[in-house]
Parts: sequence; structure tokens; C-alpha cells
Amino acid sequence: MLMLYVVTAFLYIALLFYLLFGGADFGAGIIELFTDDSKKERSRLLTYKAIGPIWEANHMWLIIAIVILFVGFPAIYTTLSIYLHIPLSLMLVGIIARGTAFIFRHYDPVIGNLQKVYNLIYVYSSFLTPFFLGNIAGTVISGRINPNASTFPEAYLYPWSGYFPVVVGLFTVCICGFLAAVFLIGEAEDDDDRRLFRNKAIRLNLLTVIAGGLVFLAAYVEEMALMTELLSNTVSLISLLLASISLPILWVQVKSLRYKSARALAAFQVTMILFALFYSIYPSFVIMEDSVLTLEGAAAGSSTLTALGIALLVGSAFILPALFYLIYSFQKKRFDQDTDIANMVAEEQGKIDL
Amino acid sequence: MDDFIAARSQMALSLGFHIIFACIGMIMPFFMAISHYLYLKKKNDHYRKLTVAWSKGVAIFFVTGAVSGTMLSFELGLLWPEFMLHAGPIFGMPFSLEGTAFFLEAIAIGFFLYGWGKFHPWFHWFTGVMVGVTGLASGILVVAANGWMNAPTGFDYVDGKFLNVDPMAAMFNDAWFTQALHMTLAAFVATGFAVAGIHAILLMRGKNNPLHRSALKIALSLGAVAAILQPLSGDISAKDVAQRQPAKIAAMEAHFHTESFAPLILGGIPDEDNKIVNYAIKIPGGLSFLAHGDFNAEVIGLDRIPEDEHPPVLITHLAFQIMVACGMILMMTGILWLFGQWRKKAFVDSRWFLTLLAFLTPLGFIAVEAGWVVTEVGRQPWIIYGIMKTRDGMTPMPGIVYSFWLYTFIYLSLSGIVTLLLIRQIRDLDKKETPLPTYPR
Ligand code: HDD
Ligand code: HEM
Ligand code: HEM
Repeated sequence: MLMLYVVTAFLYIALLFYLLFGGADFGAGIIELFTDDSKKERSRLLTYKAIGPIWEANHMWLIIAIVILFVGFPAIYTTLSIYLHIPLSLMLVGIIARGTAFIFRHYDPVIGNLQKVYNLIYVYSSFLTPFFLGNIAGTVISGRINPNASTFPEAYLYPWSGYFPVVVGLFTVCICGFLAAVFLIGEAEDDDDRRLFRNKAIRLNLLTVIAGGLVFLAAYVEEMALMTELLSNTVSLISLLLASISLPILWVQVKSLRYKSARALAAFQVTMILFALFYSIYPSFVIMEDSVLTLEGAAAGSSTLTALGIALLVGSAFILPALFYLIYSFQKKRFDQDTDIANMVAEEQGKIDL
Repeated sequence: MDDFIAARSQMALSLGFHIIFACIGMIMPFFMAISHYLYLKKKNDHYRKLTVAWSKGVAIFFVTGAVSGTMLSFELGLLWPEFMLHAGPIFGMPFSLEGTAFFLEAIAIGFFLYGWGKFHPWFHWFTGVMVGVTGLASGILVVAANGWMNAPTGFDYVDGKFLNVDPMAAMFNDAWFTQALHMTLAAFVATGFAVAGIHAILLMRGKNNPLHRSALKIALSLGAVAAILQPLSGDISAKDVAQRQPAKIAAMEAHFHTESFAPLILGGIPDEDNKIVNYAIKIPGGLSFLAHGDFNAEVIGLDRIPEDEHPPVLITHLAFQIMVACGMILMMTGILWLFGQWRKKAFVDSRWFLTLLAFLTPLGFIAVEAGWVVTEVGRQPWIIYGIMKTRDGMTPMPGIVYSFWLYTFIYLSLSGIVTLLLIRQIRDLDKKETPLPTYPR
């Protein structure tokens, strides 16, 4: 039973980290879509320098979440796989296109027409992937999945194509763009760039707030139980309030380019929103038309949960220090001004390796 | 094409694609580590150039391996939800551990690819080795999961229910060791010969001699040793299969009738309707020996197995023949090369030998693909051997045919781009003198 909580905690943390780290990563591509052509090349290089070393690791959170689902909560994994086959496939297409285009464009030694293709694919898949991620999340809590549906459209199209799932998809896209802009303020190397990302961060934050409002509106229009559950649950309500109250503080931090506190606040807000959602429906995880899948109900047997929990605990004892050191050292190296030679070499390397 | 065939084809395509990148991702880090080590020890510049050149190739292959692997983790559910519902909690142990291995691998590759000139040289070298170690670990773990499908253990199957699940017993199933051993060697063989072949081609064009010569030597040393061990491990595998999956070994050998002193059938076209093999060479008693280590042992034929549990004989048999043929050629070449190196014979640098290596470039990978066809098609019609039929594991969603075409399109485009990029990288290597990363200290 204890292990059920351990595994559940890992599941939520993996999802949250994927949204935060993977999200900032997707957002970098979304921002590129809205950058003038004259500045694109610069922002591309900056993104690559900032994200390159941790790119792989950012996306591992999704794998961890999936493995937890199919080992620990097989009923959830299979239900979603069956009824959300189409949006999951579309998300996968986005993941493939984006990951490969991101790396290929930097490892293709020929600067030719293909570069345009990579960029195009990269930018649009950066939009597509978080959209479907949000769309799937929205569907999962929308109560639109109907295991008794008898026709193809009812079973496989209807669940994910309502207002609510679509708006949650857009909301997710905005969150990713916003996270990336705030993150990149701190990575920028000169004031021009910093201002560029600051303006984007503020605009994207406004968009996120509007999209967030639309989510509530859609939930209201579709008469979803989620609304009442969110609003009647004190803890969730407080989390949402905290997220809103911290907004003005965030604006001030962003305006004055204090990137560390801005990053922390942005992460805090996203965490609060996700927490409010998860908490209000806990212990349910999937809300279907006339039934729910709870974590406990969908869980594998206790021997499996114990093994999985131990594997996760032991695994994170290895992963977290290594991951922390990776992030720390590349952040530090970037700002380390004393080692001139190191910088020179990194510059030189920039011509061929970046 | 009906949905069932489409789902199986899509799974086969995705796995067949992924395994190429997985092999390279597991083995190349070791080749790089050797070359990197030689650079750090001998300060010989071409080793540094080689390490950097290889690491760029690896970056391209690694990302393709990672995205195709991500697809697979979803595809297991998208195509086989009914299977995953029951199998997930049982064979999940290796996958849970694999998650850690992948994560560490992703971290290590970040350090390695971007760490030139930024870390202490030996720490940088160590992260490269870790990429290989974690890659190999994840490969072995996922093969253990596949082993469970061949030799399901770690649960009681009562009235269609899976009770008393023991994930550890499931992980250490009867097939995991032989399969993991054979697969690990196969990855060394396939990658070793492919890399050696490419550098042999470049050597013949007379370019950058010391670099390609060292590259060939590193790749082929490991590849050749593995190629010699491979048939031995294959023999252990065959004996193991004969024990646990008589239908598979019968299909591999197109062995239709149970008999003692059973002949080993080389080549030939099985005729499933008439239960005979045409145009084959038969070695009397060979199969009995291969399967049970005794020329007179009785080998169960397909006649003892219910008709509806027969695997497709033609495909399984041909795939097995292809794997063994490749294995023999690679083993012979490996022996020849090691002998040449040992006795310092001139032929190892001769044009004919390089030509031979050039032709052998794809052979290891052909053997890997064929071997997996043997394992997977030979398990049919079961998805969990003896417990669940593949058809019962499938998704209820219609229209998988479209999904199959979509995935085919994706894999074809990816293969095209990866090939193009590799060619461009190789050309770039020879064309101009690019500044190379060094260590400041
Ligand atoms: C370079 C690749 C390569 C080479 C040269 C060989 N194999 Fe292999 N073989 C594989 C690559 C492979 C593989 C792709 O890695 C498989 C698929 C599943 C597995 O565990 O290994 C495999 C499977 C496989 C199986 C089925 C195992 C199972 O279903 O559990 C048998 C019986 C053999 N092999 C036997 C042989 C023999 C007798 C060989 C003699 C030369 C041989 N293999 C060479
Ligand atoms: C990477 C190397 C592998 C290759 C090339 C491969 C190849 C194949 C092929 C050819 C099929 C189709 C068989 C048929 O329909 O006749 C198949 C099916 C399948 N394989 Fe594998 N396989 C590999 C490894 C694995 C592993 C490691 C797993 C799971 C842990 C796995 C799980 C499956 C499943 C679930 C199916 C579908 C059900 C079935 O046909 O039995 N495979 N694979
Ligand atoms: C015998 C079959 C397989 C072997 C030997 C194998 C091995 C590997 C290796 C070595 C990698 C590292 C990435 C790289 O180097 O490019 C990798 C990546 C991956 N594989 Fe496989 N794999 C196999 C089948 C599967 C299956 C069936 C799944 C799905 C359940 C899977 C899921 C993944 C995932 C998610 C990644 C990405 C990890 C990352 O980002 O580092 N693999 N695989």
C-alpha cells in the first residue's frame, strides 16, 4: 500500500517534470515561430547552446511516466491507448519529427535547402506535440471517453475533439512557450536578446492567462463536473489562488530581468495549476463518461508495485545526482568567465560542433 | 491487408528499425572510448579526429534510436493493449530498470557530446564509457522482457487470470540469458563489421589513411572476436529453444516429421502443404545433435504440434538460414583477420581484403534482422508463448492499416535522411580541415 503512494508520487513528478523541462524545450520551438527572420539564426544558436546537453534528459520524463503507467497502472495505460489512439499517434509523430529535426539541423554539415525543411518541421512539431499532449490530458479528465460506444466516431474521435480538450491543448502550448521565454531570458548573452525574450515572456504569459480562462469557460459550457470539483476543493482552490497571486510578482521579476526568481515563479505557477487539477480529481485519474479509473483500482498487484517502487527509488538515487550535476555544470560553464581558453575552445567548437 | 496483419507488420517494422539504432547506440560508445583512450595516452591527433568524427555520427543515430524507442513504448499499447494489460505488471521489472538505464544514458551522452574542452579529459572519457555501459544494460534488460514472451514465468495462470505475480522470476526467465548473450554479441558483430566496412571503403579511396586504418582496426578487433563467439552462443540458443519451444525449432529447421537421428536441413524451400522441403542439403543426424547434443536424440516435428499452433514455416526457416549463413561468413572473415593481424600478414591491407570487408558491411545487420524474425515469427501464433494468442492481444480499434502506412512513411523518410546525413558527415571529414575540439589544459 505504501508502495502505491511511492509509485503514484513518481508518476505525478514525472508528468510535472515533463511539462516543465520538456515543455520549456517545446516552447523554444514555439518561440522560434514568432521570431522575426532577422533574429531567427541567433535565437536558434542560443536555444541549442542552452538546451543541447540536457535535451535527451528532458524527454526521459515521458518515458518514465509511460513505464510507470504500463507496469504499475496497466488499466490506465491500455484504456488510453485504445480510445486515444489517434491523438497519441499524432503526438508521437510530433515527438519524432521534432527530436530528429532539432538534432539533424545542427549535425548536417551542408547548409542548404534541407535546413529550411528541418526548421519548418522543428517549428511546427514544437507546436503540434504539446498541443496533443494537452489535448490528451484534457480528454483524460473530461469524461468524454465512452467504453460502450458502438460507432467508430463515438469511440475514437469524439472523446478528444470537444471544446474542452482542444482548449486544454492550446493552454498547454501557451504554457510551454511561456516557460521557454522565461528560461531563455537567463540564457541570453546580451541585452538585446534578453529584452527580446522578456517581451515574449510577458506576451506569452498574457496568452496563457487568457487560455486558462478559456479552459474554465469550456469546462463550464460543457457542464463538466471538473468545475464544481475544482471550486469546491479548498486545497485546489488555494493552489489556483496562489498561482494567480504570484502573477504580478512574476511580471515585476521578468520586467527587471531577474531571471532566477522569474524561473522559480514560472515553475511554481505551473506546478500549482497541475497540482490543483490532480488533487481535485484524486484518487481518480481517468474520468470517463459514466465511470472513473482510480489509481488504486487500476493498479497492478502489490508484488509488482513493490518491485516498481524499489526500482524507481533506487533509480532516482542514481539519476538525480547525475542530472543535477549535468545541469549545474553546463550552467556554470556557460557563465564561467575566468577560463578564457575554455571559452575560446568552446567558440572554436561552436563552428563545427554546435 | 487486414488490421491484424497491419498491426504485426507495423510492430515488426518499428522493432526492425529501432534495433539498428539500438545496436549502434550500444556499441559505438565503446569504439569511441578506445579511440579516445588512445588519443589521451598517445596524444596522436588522428585519434582525436576519429573520436570526434564518430561522435557526430553517434549523435545522429542516438536521437533516431531515442525517438524510435519512445514510439515503441507507446506502440506496445496502441497495437497490443490486451496483451499489455496482463503482461505489463509481469514483465515490467526489466522495463522499470531500463528507465533508469536510459536516463543515465541520456545524461551521459549530454556530458560526452557537449563536454569537449569543458571537463577534465578523463572525466569526459568516463562519461563516454558510461554511455556504452548504460546502453548495453538497457539492451540486455529489454531482451529479458522479450525472453519472457518466449518463456513466460513468474505467475500462475488460472482460468484466464494471471495470479501470484513475481516480477523478479519473470525477469530471470529461462530465455533471458541465452537471448541477452546472443544479442549482445550480435550487436558487436553487426556494428563492428559495418563500421569496418565503411572505413575499408574510405581506405580504398586512399583518404586520410592513419585515421581510417585505426578506425578499421578498432572496429574489427571487437567485431571479429564477437563473430567467432557468435555461432557458439547460437548453438546454446538453439539447444535452449529446442527445450522450451519445440514448435519454433521445428519451424526453423522445417522439421515436419518427428524422428530420431533427424537431419539438419541446409537451405531449401519448405512446402507447408505437402510437408516436405525441396532443394535442400541434408546432414544426417545434424538436427538431433544441434538441438540435443546427441545424434540419435528424437526431435519433435510439427506433426506433434496442433495445426493451429504452427508458426509460419517458410519465413522462419529462411530467416534462420540467412542468419546462420551470415554468421558463418562473418566468423570466417573474423578468423582470417585475426590471423593476419597476429602473423603480421600483408593481406590485411590488401585491396582484395578491403573489398571483402566492404561487401560485408551490411551482413551483420542482415543477420540481426533475420535472427529477430526467427525469434518473433517463430513464436507465432503466440504473443505470450502457450498463454495468449497474438490475435487476442490486439487493439479493438479498426483502421490499423492506415497507421501502418503512416509509420512506414515515417521510417522510410527517417532512413533516407539519416543515410544522407551520414554520407555528408563522411564527405565533410575528408573535404576540409575543420578546427577540432581540444582540451585547454
Ligand atoms: C550478427 C548477428 C547474428 C549472427 C551472426 C547469428 N545470430 Fe542468431 N540471432 C541473432 C543474431 C545473430 C539475434 C538478432 O540477435 C537473435 C534474435 C533474438 C536473439 O536473442 O538473438 C538471434 C536468434 C537466434 C536464435 C533464436 C533464439 C530464441 O528464439 O530464443 C537461434 C537458435 C540462433 N540465433 C542461432 C544462431 C546460430 C546457430 C548462429 C550461427 C552462426 C547464429 N545464430 C548467428
Ligand atoms: C528489436 C528487435 C526486435 C525485432 C526486429 C522484432 C521483430 C518482430 C517481428 C518480425 C514481429 C512480427 C511477428 C509476426 O507477426 O509474425 C514482432 C512482433 C512483436 N514483438 Fe518483436 N522484435 C524485436 C524485439 C522485441 C522486444 C524486445 C519486444 C518486447 C519486449 C517485442 C515485442 C513484440 C510484440 C509485442 C509483438 C507483436 C505480437 C506478436 O507478433 O507476437 N519484440 N517483433
Ligand atoms: C531487442 C530489442 C531492443 C534493444 C536491444 C534495445 C536497445 C536500446 C538502446 C541501446 C537504446 C539507446 C538509444 C540509442 O542508443 O540510440 C534504446 C533506446 C530506447 N528504446 Fe530500445 N531496445 C529494444 C527494443 C525496445 C522496445 C521493445 C522498447 C519499448 C518498449 C524500447 C524502448 C526504447 C526507448 C523508450 C528508448 C529511448 C531511450 C533514450 O531516449 O535514451 N526499446 N533501446
